[in-house]
Amino acid sequence: MQTPALPPQGATERARRWRRLRRAVALPLAALALSGCTIPSFGASPGVTSSSKSVFHLWQGFSIGAVIIGGLVVGLMLWSIIRYRRKSDRIPEQSQYHLPLEMIYTVVPILIVFGLFAATLVVENKEVANPKTSVIVDVNAFQWGWKFTYPGTNALVYGQTTQNPVMEIPVNTNVRISLTSSDVVHGFYVKAFNFSRYALPGVDNIFTLRAQNTGTFFGQCTQLCGLYHSLMWFRVKVVSQSEYANWIASFNNPAAEAAAKAANKTTNQQTSSIVPSKPAYTNFGVN
Amino acid sequence: MKVEAKILIGLGVFFGLMCLVYWNWSLENAGGVMMFAAMLLCFLPGGYYYWWSRRMKARPEDDPNATQAGGAGVVGAFPGTSIWPFTLGMGSFFVVLALVFGIWFLVPGLGLVIWAMLGGTAEGRRGGKV
Amino acid sequence: MTDLLKPPVHVEDHGHEEHHGPTGILKWITTTDHKVIGLSYTITAVIMLVIGGMFAEIIRAQLATPNGTLVSLAQYNELFTMHGSVMIYLFAGPFAFGALANIIVPIQIGAPDMAFPRLNALSYWLYLTGAITMLSGFFVTGGAANFGWVAYAPLSNSLNTPGAGADLWIGGLLLTGFSAIFTGVNLCATIFYLRAPGMTMFRMPIFTWNMLVTSILILLAFPVLTAGLIMLYADRHFGTHIFSVAGGGVPVLWQHLFWFWGHPEVYILALPFFGMVTEIIPVFSRKPVFGYKGMIFATLSIAALSLGVWAHHMFTTGVVLLPFFSIMSLLIAVPTGIKIFNWIGTMWRGEVWFSTAMLMSLGFLFTFLIGGLTGIYLASPPLDFFTHDTYFVVAHFHSVVMALVLAGMGGLFYWGPKITGYLLNERLGKAQFWFLFIGTQAFTFPLYILGLQGMPRRMAIYPHDPQWKGLNDLSTVGAVLIGISTIIFVINVVVSWKKYPAGDNPWDGHTLEWFTTSPPPHHNFYRLLQIRSERPTWDYNHPGHRALAHGQHEAHEENDSEVPAS
Ligand code: HEM
Ligand SMILES: [Cu+2]
Ligand SMILES: [Cu+2]
Repeated sequence: MQTPALPPQGATERARRWRRLRRAVALPLAALALSGCTIPSFGASPGVTSSSKSVFHLWQGFSIGAVIIGGLVVGLMLWSIIRYRRKSDRIPEQSQYHLPLEMIYTVVPILIVFGLFAATLVVENKEVANPKTSVIVDVNAFQWGWKFTYPGTNALVYGQTTQNPVMEIPVNTNVRISLTSSDVVHGFYVKAFNFSRYALPGVDNIFTLRAQNTGTFFGQCTQLCGLYHSLMWFRVKVVSQSEYANWIASFNNPAAEAAAKAANKTTNQQTSSIVPSKPAYTNFGVN
Repeated sequence: MKVEAKILIGLGVFFGLMCLVYWNWSLENAGGVMMFAAMLLCFLPGGYYYWWSRRMKARPEDDPNATQAGGAGVVGAFPGTSIWPFTLGMGSFFVVLALVFGIWFLVPGLGLVIWAMLGGTAEGRRGGKV
Repeated sequence: MTDLLKPPVHVEDHGHEEHHGPTGILKWITTTDHKVIGLSYTITAVIMLVIGGMFAEIIRAQLATPNGTLVSLAQYNELFTMHGSVMIYLFAGPFAFGALANIIVPIQIGAPDMAFPRLNALSYWLYLTGAITMLSGFFVTGGAANFGWVAYAPLSNSLNTPGAGADLWIGGLLLTGFSAIFTGVNLCATIFYLRAPGMTMFRMPIFTWNMLVTSILILLAFPVLTAGLIMLYADRHFGTHIFSVAGGGVPVLWQHLFWFWGHPEVYILALPFFGMVTEIIPVFSRKPVFGYKGMIFATLSIAALSLGVWAHHMFTTGVVLLPFFSIMSLLIAVPTGIKIFNWIGTMWRGEVWFSTAMLMSLGFLFTFLIGGLTGIYLASPPLDFFTHDTYFVVAHFHSVVMALVLAGMGGLFYWGPKITGYLLNERLGKAQFWFLFIGTQAFTFPLYILGLQGMPRRMAIYPHDPQWKGLNDLSTVGAVLIGISTIIFVINVVVSWKKYPAGDNPWDGHTLEWFTTSPPPHHNFYRLLQIRSERPTWDYNHPGHRALAHGQHEAHEENDSEVPAS
């Protein structure tokens, strides 16, 4: 039986290999660092809120890790099945344990995991923070539509399925959303925000958005809620702060108030009698 | 028996620790209760095996140098064929149908279940042969 | 030489039904032989795979156009609910712990049967009637269950989902749930009490180890599901308000109960298939499994951690402790990674033989790697907020479950000859593999991108974003390829029916099942051999080629080659 070539021994040889390895790793990393903005998007997009951008960077970080690890594993796999494909009836050496190696691929992943966790915590804390703000939107999801009310103002938007109710919010302002549901579980999801949150009956889910670009963005219910789940759409329109003030003011006339009142009534009739009162759970990990 | 006991007790200890951390951190009850129950569920058989492992000499299957002859003897009584599992299965089927289609399904359901339990027990007593 | 010892196990054998027992259908109904029961399980589970697959093909056909009209919105909800339910509850689980484990575990440890043969038969009948119950939902007014396979309250209450279909779903789950629990008890008892002399715990094949850990998880997790289902039923019919806000209940409690079962269930499904792969790869590399003890340690830590990660399915509820579940979920990647490296280490410097079973296992390795890596993203709450309930998640878990299907097919090709005595056609097997493997990638890859582009799951139509059609079409093509692979498998079974006798040990196997005849006799063994390592059959066939630790090589091998293994 031919012995497999042992790796070259000796200090100089080892040092040379180490240097070569270091160069091989350092060069691409340096290139990556220099061309900061050319890190591929890995299919995601930065979105338009401040936290959606952090999420996007986190996504890129995870993806780079996944590509490196995945590439390594696929490489090893391909190598082992091509190099060691069956050539004869020989019985290969029956090696079963290699403790140092096993330790390495236990400890290194643990370190990677803690790295990923640390990065996660940074973004997560930013995303779930609820800074003080004066713009508050109460979002109420129901089968099958959305109602947006702005406490302290007369503004109210209501729409079912494909009527596409539009939630207007000002740009570059912290907007606190208080999300709840009047019947079953729904999902508040806006692709451009890289964010979603359940609308749970009996719970006020509070989170803060800070849009940095103006525009109109598509939103959709993501948690199965019955027959018209596929059509439970809404839009988010991010406008300048003055436009937002005008929009809120536009509700301060009797006609709009009457319309709002009528809409409010229909909603409450529409939705079942289960009106949320107090959160049944405290928002641990959220506040 | 020792390894079996160790595995179960080890898992139980881990669930207990996890439960402690979780319950104190989250103050959410459902998960805490479930992890606590999981811990108990591991300790129950784990403790039993541990108790036995201290009172029993190593069984042939725990002895790395056992010979097949050492294990000779009766392993247990294995029934050849039996109609009772099928009967019990059908009884349970009807009981579940009663949940859906109405209470009267319980009549054949519980009937079959009771018949199967009696029959199965009798069969076991007679040593597996109907 | 390793000596053969005559009477391996003495079994008080009442009945000898082989000679004068019942015959025909009555024999099938009254059997308590674990091999026959396992075979019934196998056939039933494969039929469930085909049924669930047909639902999936309809789903994919519907999604091939943005405004699909093949099925209505209501029918679509029923279809994906029943697709998910059939696949998870009626195919993957029973195939893993009812079918192959039932047949193989007792033989691998040298036992004459399962510890409780009649309970084993009962498990099968509960599974079969449970499957019938759940599927009969299609034939009642109101149709089958349509609240998704997770049945989130309060959508699943009687107000939002009246009708018998939902109750049949609950009933079917109760039956299959008890079936799983009984199988778990049975496997635990068998492994703890019926091992052959010398088969110590740390000599059991990895498949058996994984089945043991799976069984422990079943016993820990399934009671929670059963309890939850009973509460759900009480809410629906007895006027309780456990999950409804109106009466002071908590809807999220259902999610806690469901996922406290649901996440361990993921590993209850996965570990048996990991076990199959861990049997196949060493045999077709002609090496012992690399890092045997590390493998067991990894399996046990997966089991331990899997009970503490359930709420990673609930990150977007906003009412769970994010960091705890995040770190626990990320940590599970570590033992999973150990397994992947061990599989590669097993092939390293081996003689890798590309039989169908091995190809399926390699396909598993690749597909599971992708599913595992994308799972790491989902363990990070910010990234989960972003991808939750989109097709990214669908793609992630289909990478995982299709990997399991690949492994399961590998298991059938590997152990099929042992169970039936006949090999399957390798040519057709390889064709099946390529269709399945390429189909899986073509089916899942576009779904990842669709998810990142914002396509939510459980959508019958997507008229607002017609540009998603292209990727959806590609995914549908993948689904069709997968369908073709299944047809090839069925053809293979028909074509190779009793054609290629397998012999006792067609693959030069390592473990005890390859020592007995194919198919094994009643009570499994005519004779047993001395068990001195975790590869008794290999030791017997290749004395002098024992497993070595690092630094142990050459000298040992040279010296031992002449000396009989002690
Ligand atoms: C034949 C290959 C398969 C195809 C083409 C397929 C296709 C699909 C599709 C398109 C969906 C998403 C439906 C939607 O959200 O609108 C889905 C959901 C699902 N699939 Fe599959 N699938 C396949 C195999 C499997 C297997 C083998 C399993 C499990 C072992 C599985 C388990 C599930 C589950 C649990 C869901 C979620 C159902 C729900 O949302 O309630 N699938 N499948
Ligand atoms: Cu919805
Ligand atoms: Cu999970």
